[in-house]
Amino acid sequence: MIVAKRKPFEEIKEMIKDYKKVLNVGCGTCVAVCLAGGEKEVAVLNAEIDMARKLDNNPIELGAQTVERQCDHEYLEELDDVIGDYDAVISMACGVGIQFLAERFPDKPVYPGVDTCGMSANQAVGWYEERCRSCGKCVLGMTAAICPVTMCAKGLYNGPCGGTNKGSCEIDTEQPCAWFRIYERLERQGRLNNILIYTPPVEWNDQIPRTLIQPGYKKPEKAG
Amino acid sequence: MRLDYPANIKIVRLPCTGKIDVIHLLRAFQKGADGVYVVGCLEGTCHYNEGNFRARERVEHVRMLLEEIGLEGDRVRMYNLSSGEGPTFAAYAKEMTDHIRSLGPNPIKNSTKA
Repeated sequence: MIVAKRKPFEEIKEMIKDYKKVLNVGCGTCVAVCLAGGEKEVAVLNAEIDMARKLDNNPIELGAQTVERQCDHEYLEELDDVIGDYDAVISMACGVGIQFLAERFPDKPVYPGVDTCGMSANQAVGWYEERCRSCGKCVLGMTAAICPVTMCAKGLYNGPCGGTNKGSCEIDTEQPCAWFRIYERLERQGRLNNILIYTPPVEWNDQIPRTLIQPGYKKPEKAG
Repeated sequence: MRLDYPANIKIVRLPCTGKIDVIHLLRAFQKGADGVYVVGCLEGTCHYNEGNFRARERVEHVRMLLEEIGLEGDRVRMYNLSSGEGPTFAAYAKEMTDHIRSLGPNPIKNSTKA
């Protein structure tokens, strides 16, 4: 899932310092699961802002609403009737949700409440580890399901660099060398010959916003 | 035992301190509480194994949040005792009250009225 972490309080406070009525919108999917931007986190942030602004003798009126997903028109629609009551919006969704919310309400200043930190697995409650950079060209089939783009500091596709050091990466002894692990797992599975498969340079097709239309679907003539 | 403890303390009963959440503690301060302390079972004796450890983590989190917004983090504390320790309960109540008195009232109360 997409994971995020709450922005430092000072940064959020500074962003909304000139507003008197702010709506804080949570997102009930990925960022709720990773404990960064769901209903509970919206309540905690609002309590903090409320108290801090009272201490500054600059009280603020805060709204709280958490929608199922901010990356979906269907759920953002719920905000249509309430958004007009506020001067600005804090979105606690991932970067996608924040932008999608702002697109729907282009007259409203929208501020991020979280920093989006990638796509991660849930190791335990509150502990998330990145596994995918959504490069758009998956090579996991030949790398024993260990992503060299994410797990290698240099994102190398064709074997380790000179910095591989007895299983760890030169950047940090705690960081395993992705290619060492790929080698170990391929060997264990008896398909070490996979390591010889050459992968051409990535096409960097992730430099422009990508559009995905699944088979059997098409872009509606009138979007939205 | 007929023990005395400060009358200014309002007790909120929970099934286990593991039920306490960051927002519950923050709400108390938002509503003007001068201090909040959580009294859990002794460490290692939780019926649910880790309820009191979770509460301690949350108390520490709230301490950090209070400091972020400009309040003293030490307005929130965690104490542990067993249910048979009435005198310790009273002693902690007195200790917390004295401690909060030394910090003074919650400044949010005054600014709310302003």
